[in-house]
Amino acid sequence: MATSPRIKLPDSAKTGDIIEVKTLITHVMETGNRKDKDGKPIARNILNTFVAKFADQEVFRAELGPGISANPFLSFQMRVPGPGTFEFSWTGDNGAVTVETTPLNVV
Amino acid sequence: MLKINPRIDPMIKPGPEEIGISIVSRRAFAVSASGACLASLLAPALTPSLGLAQTSDIPALTRSPQFEEAFAKLLNGATPADGKITLELPEIAENGNFVPVTITVESPMTAEDYVKAIHLLSTANPVARVASFKLSPINAVARVQSRMRLAKTQDVIALAEMSNGTLAIATLLVKVTIGGCAS
Repeated sequence: MATSPRIKLPDSAKTGDIIEVKTLITHVMETGNRKDKDGKPIARNILNTFVAKFADQEVFRAELGPGISANPFLSFQMRVPGPGTFEFSWTGDNGAVTVETTPLNVV
Repeated sequence: MLKINPRIDPMIKPGPEEIGISIVSRRAFAVSASGACLASLLAPALTPSLGLAQTSDIPALTRSPQFEEAFAKLLNGATPADGKITLELPEIAENGNFVPVTITVESPMTAEDYVKAIHLLSTANPVARVASFKLSPINAVARVQSRMRLAKTQDVIALAEMSNGTLAIATLLVKVTIGGCAS
């Protein structure tokens, strides 16, 4: 279960500025290679896709594998095209999607 | 002058008869020794120092077959160029479960010339493809950060796909103290 996404944006930005967007979400990112204490394999359960949209336009996408650490942290850069709101979504192996929207303070 | 006994010198391969002798004597020892259990208890305590001795003279790192397969698929016959990517990872990762990674690709990131994708690959994890990042000119700077798992000491590879179809590569050796449990 992916919970409590955290987004870090600059307090304010001007159109044309290059900003860093940092995202963090709570998730076990179970690899599927581990075994429980009875020796039974633990099923793979990871977030396999991350998509960031700004003003309804896709600005960054990441396909994640089991080699990404638990509680995946992702950071990318973006040139601010104008005012808008970020929409971040994480999709899990079970199809569950966690969505978080964060407005960007464009001055 | 120190004389080396050929029978105990590890640099000299023992002949077949000598191997036979050593096996027999070890068995005889194991059977006769009343402290066999004690010896097996001591063995794990000795292994860490052996492990260190092995990593200090790192042999050619083996790359897993499934890495080679995934890598060949991404290359698709092309030869990637060196030098355009800066791959930042700790030289020694104490915890293989949690290794910060930063990839920066030199690119003007204009509509004509930009980085389309960055692939992060591990040469010795159970799954070679750690992540693929899709970029476009709006990113302005081709830099991504994340945290990855490393099962053991290995080469980490970043491969960038440019908008004109060329590839760039960067390889970095990371020594891992405690492996990330079976990524």
